[in-house]
Amino acid sequence: MANFTPISAAIGGALIGLSAVLLMRLNGRIAGITGIFAGLIEPQSTEWAWRATFIVGLVAAPLSAALIGYTVPIPQMPPSLAIFTVAGLLVGFGTRLSNGCTSGHGICGIARLSPRSITATGIFMVAAMIVVALTRHVVGG
Amino acid sequence: MRALASLFCGFMFGWGLLISGMIRPDKVLGFLDVLAIPSGNWDPSLAVVMAAALAVTGVGYALARRHTPLFESQNQWPTQTVIDRPLIAGSVLFGVGWGLVGLCPGPAIENLTTLSPGVITFVIAMAVGMIAYHFWETRDAASAERSLAAAAATPADG
Repeated sequence: MANFTPISAAIGGALIGLSAVLLMRLNGRIAGITGIFAGLIEPQSTEWAWRATFIVGLVAAPLSAALIGYTVPIPQMPPSLAIFTVAGLLVGFGTRLSNGCTSGHGICGIARLSPRSITATGIFMVAAMIVVALTRHVVGG
Repeated sequence: MRALASLFCGFMFGWGLLISGMIRPDKVLGFLDVLAIPSGNWDPSLAVVMAAALAVTGVGYALARRHTPLFESQNQWPTQTVIDRPLIAGSVLFGVGWGLVGLCPGPAIENLTTLSPGVITFVIAMAVGMIAYHFWETRDAASAERSLAAAAATPADG
């Protein structure tokens, strides 16, 4: 497990949790990125301002990191833009259909012990694991 | 104040993804690659991120339930409880997309700052997928209304 980084993972995870708690405590809203982002781009959206500033804050994080000398590495991923397109479409449609993603279901939902979120997280984790197994070990291997 | 509060929350969320390494698709895929467990190349970091986030959120939400939020009249807790087909189908679709490139919505948006063409393509496609869902859903609701109206307009057989 050469790539395992438990300390930074725990600190980062705690920060994500703290952000979710603060958003509820201050604004009474769930920190689900899908809902926040979709609420900005879909027609007839409401509550535009706080969603917009949340996304601005999200993007400001790596920019501020760059100011203090940490640059986010450019993701090394599949060369084909077709794969990014298909993956993006699936993630966009799927997260709206199931009403949440890794943050909304995986963190905020499970923290509430919501059976829907526990089910959703189990399913998307297993689905993703199967896809990675296929692409890395069957097709790519 | 609401906008400022969520700016701060988004910023903190972004730093959480950054520090935890979850902004990097290779870290995420390293966790999802469970077949790498036997060879010792598996990266359990994502599980630690989730455990830490859940510990903080679980306690914090339990406390938050006792209060009204500072800048709103009330907390908006999700109200749906039924495990239905859209939940299951949507989770499968999302999982497949996530597994293909290792990007979920938060890290994808954050990675726009790298100006990687792949990430930009992904986020545009994701937005298209969300808008497609919106129209698919509203069309569905509209046609349901139409058929209800038609059913009401049609005289009953009996």
